[in-house]
Amino acid sequence: MDHPKVGAVMVVGGGVAGIQAALDLADSGFFVYLVENSPAIGGVMAKLDKTFPTNDCSMCILSPKLVESGRHGNIELITNAEVESVRGSAGNFTVGLRIKPRFVNIEKCVGCGVCAEKCPVKVPDRFNEGLGDRKAIYTKYAQAVPSAYVIDPEHCLYLTKGLDKGKDVCKLCVKHCASQAIDFEQGEQFIAKMVGAIILGTGLETFNPTGFINYGYGTYPNVMTSIEFERMLSASGPTSGHLERPSDGGRPKKIAWIQCVGSRDVAKSGNAYCSSVCCTYALKEAIVAREHAHGELDAAIFHMDMRTFGKDFERYLERARYEFGVRLVRSRIYELQEGEHNELIIRYAQLNGEVKTETFDLVVLSVGMVPGKQNQVLANKLGIGLNKYGFSQYPNFNPVSTTREGIYACGAFQGPMDIPRTVMHASAAAGYAATILAGARNTLTKPVVKPTQKDVAGQAPRVGVFVCRCGINIGAVVDVPDVAGYARELPGVVHVEDCLFACSQDNQSKIRELIESKNLNRIVVASCTPRTHEPMFRQTLREAGLNPYLFEMANIREHCSWVHAGNNEAATQKAKVLVKRAVSRVVLQQQLYEIDLGVEQAALVVGGGVAGMNCALDLAQQGIQVYLLEKKAELGGLTRRVHLTMDRRNVKGYLESLIDAVESNPLIQVYRKAEIQDVRGFVGNFDTTFTAAGQTHVINHGVAVIAIGGRQYQPVEYLYGQDPGVITSLDLEEMLADRSPALRAADNIVMIQCVGSRDIERPYCSRVCCSESVKNAIKLKENWPNLNVYVLYRDMRTYGFFEGLYKKARNIGVMFIKYTMDEKPLVERVPKKDGLALRVTVKDHILGRPLQIETDFVALATAIIAPEDGERIAKLFKVPRNSEGFFLEAHIKLRPVDFTTDGVFLCGLAHAPKLIDESIAQGKAAATRAMTVLASKNLVAGGVVSAIDGERCSGCRICVGLCPYSAISFNEVLKVAEINQVLCKGCGVCTSACPTTACNTSNFSDEIIMAEIEALCT
Amino acid sequence: MVDFEPKIIGFLCNWCSYAGADLAGVSRLQYPANLRVVRVMCSGRVDPTFVFKALSQGADGVLIAGCHPGDCHYTEGNYNTLKRYPLMMQMLEQFGVERERVRMEWISAAEGTIYADVVREFTETIRQLGPYKRRLVKGRDQVG
Repeated sequence: MDHPKVGAVMVVGGGVAGIQAALDLADSGFFVYLVENSPAIGGVMAKLDKTFPTNDCSMCILSPKLVESGRHGNIELITNAEVESVRGSAGNFTVGLRIKPRFVNIEKCVGCGVCAEKCPVKVPDRFNEGLGDRKAIYTKYAQAVPSAYVIDPEHCLYLTKGLDKGKDVCKLCVKHCASQAIDFEQGEQFIAKMVGAIILGTGLETFNPTGFINYGYGTYPNVMTSIEFERMLSASGPTSGHLERPSDGGRPKKIAWIQCVGSRDVAKSGNAYCSSVCCTYALKEAIVAREHAHGELDAAIFHMDMRTFGKDFERYLERARYEFGVRLVRSRIYELQEGEHNELIIRYAQLNGEVKTETFDLVVLSVGMVPGKQNQVLANKLGIGLNKYGFSQYPNFNPVSTTREGIYACGAFQGPMDIPRTVMHASAAAGYAATILAGARNTLTKPVVKPTQKDVAGQAPRVGVFVCRCGINIGAVVDVPDVAGYARELPGVVHVEDCLFACSQDNQSKIRELIESKNLNRIVVASCTPRTHEPMFRQTLREAGLNPYLFEMANIREHCSWVHAGNNEAATQKAKVLVKRAVSRVVLQQQLYEIDLGVEQAALVVGGGVAGMNCALDLAQQGIQVYLLEKKAELGGLTRRVHLTMDRRNVKGYLESLIDAVESNPLIQVYRKAEIQDVRGFVGNFDTTFTAAGQTHVINHGVAVIAIGGRQYQPVEYLYGQDPGVITSLDLEEMLADRSPALRAADNIVMIQCVGSRDIERPYCSRVCCSESVKNAIKLKENWPNLNVYVLYRDMRTYGFFEGLYKKARNIGVMFIKYTMDEKPLVERVPKKDGLALRVTVKDHILGRPLQIETDFVALATAIIAPEDGERIAKLFKVPRNSEGFFLEAHIKLRPVDFTTDGVFLCGLAHAPKLIDESIAQGKAAATRAMTVLASKNLVAGGVVSAIDGERCSGCRICVGLCPYSAISFNEVLKVAEINQVLCKGCGVCTSACPTTACNTSNFSDEIIMAEIEALCT
Repeated sequence: MVDFEPKIIGFLCNWCSYAGADLAGVSRLQYPANLRVVRVMCSGRVDPTFVFKALSQGADGVLIAGCHPGDCHYTEGNYNTLKRYPLMMQMLEQFGVERERVRMEWISAAEGTIYADVVREFTETIRQLGPYKRRLVKGRDQVG
């Protein structure tokens, strides 16, 4: 090869997609430049209050990832930057970046916020959608990464009024910044980076409804967008989470959501696609709003179809309706008008045509997703194609590729999608990049240097205490010299420093130097929160040759000076006590060691369907030995029965080439008719016993991927199995592919949706059936235009770009008739002149009258159900399933292909119903996540973990059942419980439950916590 | 009891409630200085003996705060807290400790305002109740 491949990847866009792709790559041996065009990463997810369907707090789940990306040794954050140019080809690109000036030195800024306090300029805060103000010097949001402030050049007094004229205007920030971080000399910078691949995750914008005069947005004060409402719900938002009517600040008693604003609407917005997420987020906002109002709120959602097609969304819909009393109004909005007191009057038509009016205090427009304005510019610069809607276009069966090799796309840059799919696609995109750069892995990452540590066990504690002033942040409230003096008297303390900024680079040198010169063996820093700064100080200890666990912080800023301003005496007193707590604990803390474990460079993939095969292939292409087990005699799974994708790509051809690629890969060993007998071991080192074709095998592998697929529901309703004319959608697809003569002769075909889905037994949506039926309906109409095709549905869930198909189907004359659960269609056999005929009776939703259709075929859109051997596999690998039998991921939003059990991953239908492209992406995502384990030859475990003293263990096994990570097992020989240090995460639940105090969580032992309590109480 | 400044110990889980307390700080929400924090990795680590210890060492109130049910960083640690709490409260009552002295709250990383509200309210509650030790001195023979 002419140019060696570059072991670095550029990820453009710092939202949740970019963050996930960056972390996956950085954790598997690649250096990452994470480029974000705003001053901080976090994207749209940082703005959300809660996330559906678990109502998890968005910031709580995102912020650990923000912090991790911010301090990852192999990720370089480049904020305020845009891609200017790209040269080269896959494996070897040179990317030119334009970096806008921040006017604040990121290295020097400690994020104290004094500058913003002093800044006289108030500007509408875009992060809060303009509902609140920020200053001209600001951070994007409280938890922003990087936390450094930034100056808005359009509003800063000096930059707008002083700089040109050479006058010293304002500059209050410069005057008040104790760390001298303000730098007005900064100018625009152009830099170039060499990378092997590029991942685009530039995300979405929300539709701006200003042009929609009939909804009065921008004119009527009480009409707001869903993203504005989201900020209002947020505890850290402009109203601190209080529901307020913008017109008068009053508490709204009636709120309406209007769906599909800027989606499924060609006439006004031109956006023909469905934005996929708005139905579920509207339910979420309605539920959360009802919670905020303690139930004293009427929440109504005006919609066309409720499209809750994702995993667990249907249950969420049911809960919203029955538990929270959210009203769902299927309607067409005719008019929205403002009343005398700014109330809003909605005039709408119901399903049966009846027109009604209703008055609301507040109207939320559920705005759709539109491609970012930058997408077209970026696409031009990068030479990649976009689809007709302005989202990324991908080639056949490569769901995260772009039209240019070496450049991949993920998240909402590809089209409207929710967070789990975004995260999945991000991991898949990372997988593509890693595959083409497999040879360059670990060439540009920074090696972990481990300085030798001195052993201080058994030595008398010699504690060094550093009390930080944090400029005036702590110093102005807490009497720092007084606290330092107090610390000097505490037992074990031999040295105390009073410092201006404990986190500054020169103070790190000072700590190292003092550890050496004063022979300190414990360090306490009294400054800010350990959640952000502990890792940095620990690193300083490490560099000084001291075990990093001999460290403790006293949080005298977030928990003291900032919250007790003006109460200096009490704050100083509290700071002393907090320092005392830290000292009394640190003297008891022990040196903890992380252990290196071997990782077997092999993977077991269970299930040879599309997801499993893609996963296996990706792993093999990255040099991993793969054992692929298939229960049946042939590879391919359920996909064997599919002929065409929704957009008419040839599935059979794809499947053949995929099977071919898998079978011919020397690193993949395929076992057919395989059945697993036993699984032992843990991450990095599993031993699995299985039989295949009568032989027993035992293999050793580092990770396992569960890809055992799903099944088609066998209907018992609608005369299925009793009349040959009643078939399933897949049967119909088969007949269409064969151009069956029986179809050609037919006059009428009726499709019935939701057969076995969305009912009491299976309260979930099977996601694919609406689009599947529409696909078949179009094909039928195209083949035989005179054929009458009826689709009986409950809600048409043709999400995303499939909405285009739905529209096409209606245009070419497919008839769609809505039915409800209370009045399901009736399928009967009735006498006909030459025998029996099928007759379907359904109540027409517009006429309100029963409609009878004599039909040749009834095609049932049957549910996708969980795999039959799910229970067995779940037990073998100790992984959970949900109540419908699908496997349960570690976190529904942010860890969609991981299990809580380390080293085990999942993909495909075993996770939930999904389309082929979605299974491919998920298979690749699972491979990427598995590579984060396999990329290192060694796995680090240990640190803060629990251990059981066998002498004291009574063998009661309480801890065994409590451990959420299955890290505790019972030793039948010794009759004691044992903790696997590799699987333990150090939560300490076992320690608090142990009746014989045999369990101990290192550095969170009973002794230490008791000492802390004692220190705080005296 | 105008001059009474209660001592309150708060056990906060690292991932949600401690982060919520940090957010209260970042947002400069003001609350009384009576509550002092012990950081635990999970609210499920809070052994009832910690609560007894705090009360016996001179604390007038104890707060236990963790992630909302379903949000636990360790999947289900906080359910253990939830299960343990009623039993512990029963024991405390038998010891003669008023229920109001020990409080459990779910506080997420985004709920800085709720954290500040809880500290404010709880401090006031304890202030109204008066010192815990005083009751013991008054001749009650139950010891926490």
